[in-house]
Amino acid sequence: MKQIFWTFVTLLSHWRRRPGNFFALFVGLAIATALWSGVQALNAQARKSYDRAASVFSGGGAQSLVPTSGATIPQELFVKLRLAGWKVSPALEATVLVRGTPFQLIGVEPLTLPRGGQLGGLVDGGDFSAFFAPPGQVIAPPEVLRDLGAKDGDRIALDTGKSLPPLRSSAQAPPGLLTVDIGVAQTLLGRPGQMSRLILRQPPDNDAPSLASVVGNALRLLPAGEEEADLKRLTESFHLNLTAFGLLAFLVGLFIVHAAFGLAFEQRLGMVRTLRAVGVSTRALAAALFGEVALLALVAGGFGVAAGFWLASALLPNVAASLDALYGARVAGGLTLDPTWLLSGLGIALVGALVAAAGGLAKALRLPILAAAQPFAWRQAQQVFMRRRAWLALLAFGAAFAAYLWGDSLYTGFAALAGLLFGAALLLPVLLSAALRLGESFSSAPLVNWFWADSRQQLPGLALALTALLLAFATNVGVGGMVEGFRQTFAHWLDERLAAEVYYEAAGAPEARRIEAWLATRPEVLAVLPSARTSVRLSGWPTEIFGMTPHETFRAHFPMIDQAPDAWEALQRGDGALISEQLARRLKLGLGSSLDLPTASGIWRVKVGGVFPDYGNPRGQARIDIDALTRHWPDAPRVSYGLRVAPQETPRLIAAMQAEFGEKIVRIADQAAIKKISTRIFEHTFAVTTALNTLTLVVSAIALLASLTTLGDTRLAQVAPVWASGVSRRRLAQLEFLRVLALTAATAVLAVPLGLGLSWCLVAVVNVQAFGWRLPFEIFPWQWAEILALALLTAAIASIAPILRFVRTTPAQLARIFANER
Amino acid sequence: MSAKWIFFAALAFTSPALAQGYAGLGDDAGGFERVVPGKPLVFPQDFGAHPKFRTEWWYVTANLTDETGASYGVQWTLFRQASAPGEERQGWANQNVWMGHAAVTSASEHLFAETFARGGVGQAGVTAQPFRAWIDDWNFSAQDNAPPDSGLSRVKLSASGENFRYAFDLVADGPLVRQGDNGFSLKSDDGRASYYFSQPFYKIAGVLTLRGKEIKLSGRAWMDREWSTQYLAASQKGWDWFSLHFSGGEKLMLFRMRDTSGRDFRSGTWISADGATQKLDRDDIALTPLEQTPVAGRSVPTRWRLQVKSRGLDVETAPLNAASFMATSFPYWEGPIAFHGSQQGKGYLEMTGY
Repeated sequence: MKQIFWTFVTLLSHWRRRPGNFFALFVGLAIATALWSGVQALNAQARKSYDRAASVFSGGGAQSLVPTSGATIPQELFVKLRLAGWKVSPALEATVLVRGTPFQLIGVEPLTLPRGGQLGGLVDGGDFSAFFAPPGQVIAPPEVLRDLGAKDGDRIALDTGKSLPPLRSSAQAPPGLLTVDIGVAQTLLGRPGQMSRLILRQPPDNDAPSLASVVGNALRLLPAGEEEADLKRLTESFHLNLTAFGLLAFLVGLFIVHAAFGLAFEQRLGMVRTLRAVGVSTRALAAALFGEVALLALVAGGFGVAAGFWLASALLPNVAASLDALYGARVAGGLTLDPTWLLSGLGIALVGALVAAAGGLAKALRLPILAAAQPFAWRQAQQVFMRRRAWLALLAFGAAFAAYLWGDSLYTGFAALAGLLFGAALLLPVLLSAALRLGESFSSAPLVNWFWADSRQQLPGLALALTALLLAFATNVGVGGMVEGFRQTFAHWLDERLAAEVYYEAAGAPEARRIEAWLATRPEVLAVLPSARTSVRLSGWPTEIFGMTPHETFRAHFPMIDQAPDAWEALQRGDGALISEQLARRLKLGLGSSLDLPTASGIWRVKVGGVFPDYGNPRGQARIDIDALTRHWPDAPRVSYGLRVAPQETPRLIAAMQAEFGEKIVRIADQAAIKKISTRIFEHTFAVTTALNTLTLVVSAIALLASLTTLGDTRLAQVAPVWASGVSRRRLAQLEFLRVLALTAATAVLAVPLGLGLSWCLVAVVNVQAFGWRLPFEIFPWQWAEILALALLTAAIASIAPILRFVRTTPAQLARIFANER
Repeated sequence: MSAKWIFFAALAFTSPALAQGYAGLGDDAGGFERVVPGKPLVFPQDFGAHPKFRTEWWYVTANLTDETGASYGVQWTLFRQASAPGEERQGWANQNVWMGHAAVTSASEHLFAETFARGGVGQAGVTAQPFRAWIDDWNFSAQDNAPPDSGLSRVKLSASGENFRYAFDLVADGPLVRQGDNGFSLKSDDGRASYYFSQPFYKIAGVLTLRGKEIKLSGRAWMDREWSTQYLAASQKGWDWFSLHFSGGEKLMLFRMRDTSGRDFRSGTWISADGATQKLDRDDIALTPLEQTPVAGRSVPTRWRLQVKSRGLDVETAPLNAASFMATSFPYWEGPIAFHGSQQGKGYLEMTGY
């Protein structure tokens, strides 16, 4: 035991003498853990929010009525149902941002709220009048107040500029939520007269009128569990994407750890030899080495988990905004430290560290007591390994191709991606080695010859760092290409899709008619394009049926992927439909296919006349003629409109409409505003991707630095003879610098085709599986130039320190090394 | 008179600010309009709501019998309470809260229901002409075929709760009755009062669905309308209130406000069969509890001796169901009674603060 302890202390002394090495190891492990556990925290937080959202309303056996289509329920329906004897209570849910942190806000009506369940606490012994009398109150549990950094009675400002009513802390408040009165919520969120759901206190009496007889098909009863299931299904791909990026980043981080440990073991070979020579048993040495790895893993992992927590907090607003906008899923912040998450973070750090250190450990333990470093023998061994790598790489590519060919899920999509990356990682040293051998065969001058041969000898040591760089560069090229491609495609698609200049929604059908009549008298309005929608399930998948006017505006602009020559005529006749790409892929439909739509009066069969892109919509969509929609779903509210107006008249028209109709218009926006909102949603989504991407790049740069430091030390033994043969230190330093630049540049060049493969895999396989739509594959050469420049810069920065150290090595030192080692 | 106190308690005592407004401060109407003597009631306006006053209610009780002669009681009540004075605000910001109570009593059971609504959105409210008082699917309103100016004389009444549902038609065969001094009804010695009128002359008939079984019922109903701003003195803990239908067609309303000082405030109105009224003063009235019944964890006097000296009235009342307890958010006892003695008939008893 004592022996193990002193061996352990002796081993640790190394880190004190080599703080740089310790730093690389520490940072590598911490970053890898941080990226992994950060992504896990984001996913866990989102899932917790979904469960919480569902349980808030389903507690105490209550059920919910939700809109069949659209996001909100007009208040009249609530009153209609109450007057018909349905014991419903209104709620309005939304995510609000406070200093960039998302919080889940719900507006409820305490007097009609069902007792029991999480909201019931508000009813029992609640201070009703203070809750809803202006300015109202925000009731929140103490932990939410803590997250807000606020105390009882404080008024918090939302990022929209509006102020919340005074806070009241209550242990009975629904967990994680800001609860306000329904009226306060409507004002805060700018949705007067709107609700997002009606909570049903109990199943209605048998003699109560049926739901349909009161509100038509505007509302539907949400079966228990469906909400969570839908939310989980819709958001699954989003979370899987996050996980995949987290995993990639973690792996890259492990490369650094591997390199750092490799260095540490390399540098301590002498120490290990001495320890063994003075009688330390292999067992004691093994125990001490494992103990060391474990200790470092826990310390660095601990920091990593903390950093992961911080990273997740920083990314949460974007993640929450994306989830809310894309799926209507509300994720609330104030991340909480979950012990399971903490332990799993430390666990993955430990496992990662052990895997990364395994090679070094084995080497140190098997080291013959009197063995000397044998670089040339090492290279010989690498030769065999290279051939094996090449075969493995081919195998990985084969697996990737097979996954692409026969796979039909997001998982096989990621498998293809993983195969591609893994194969490339394996192949990189083989390719670089081949290139170096080629160079060697063409050179005759001794120094040049030495340069090539020595580079090849160094390759195994640098391979890991270069592989990390390759993956990071390729990911940057791939993801960058996809994001940029999407941005351009999306902008163009929005331009075409949003053909009308003004969009508005009326509070109800009578109001809609009145507004329509008023618009008919306005000369600046060139066309009024009403639309209506309803929701159905096609093969269990939530799908929207959208009634549109086959106006020439759409014929000229509506973006299509594929269309029959008479698509619009068929639509106008009422027997044709245009379907979204998502729907076409999900139901395997094409031009001319028949689509059965379930209406209240039976199945209605339409023919698919066109397929259109519908980026970002998690639901399916079928577009039919608005009059056909009204015939088959007479209750679908006809309240949404697009207006064609001369662009310069737009602001004036909107102002006039608002002045004339006030709250009779629930929403009104011009084209530019909608475009801005839509674009912002995607910026949020890609902000997360880009952040993870950049971090991966930073991690791989650190990996390169760590590897070069590792090599720097062992290099001296190999460079000393060359110096002794008369090559100046300056010349040798130049050659070193050149070598690193050349290797990095070669890696960056190889990263481009890999990145393109990755990009193609993302747009053509992963995106299609994850979201149901395919992006056009585009290439952006200026991005590659950026990557190449970045690569050279990284290499230059990373090689400066080791080279400077070499230049500063005194001739006496070199001579001593030459004498000792050889 | 009615369970208003309960409603007061609901809002007053959960809100410190409001509680201060009620307790003690004798003249503080908190910005609401005050009840003053000598102000004539105006119909049909006064059928409707009075948002400038703090509180008011529409209260119907009915004594009914089925075809076999078995007795039933039915209650329908709508309360309005404002949390703040001033102009009525639109939408959810509206300061009124509405509360509905409905009950059905037979000799063997007492079922009740309660519902709440916020003002300003249409879930509950009262319009004067045509008369319509509603909360959710509960209605007390002019019959569909009644002439627009028929006021409260031809109305229908409906409500439902767990295991019961009722719908009745009511027709008045007598005039509206102004309680107290021409509608000004004093409640305490320090001048607290309400505006108060009644329609005690309803004939009522309809169907009660009790646990799925339809029962045809008919009988007599009594409606109270009352609105006020300051109602209870701090020392008043509750009241006992009677409405009686005599077999000869006369009606009687009696109440006592129980005071911690021991000096109860008593008042009443004798209503002859043609609607003529005689106000009854404290010393003319004697209300004596005869028997206590343990109900809902408290002791409530359910048999009484009622005396009105000037009219030679001396009767003993007995409840149809001694367990007629309204275990609503703000609990009280309310149920049908029968009486015998110098006169006989049926009526309703309400007791709060026990």
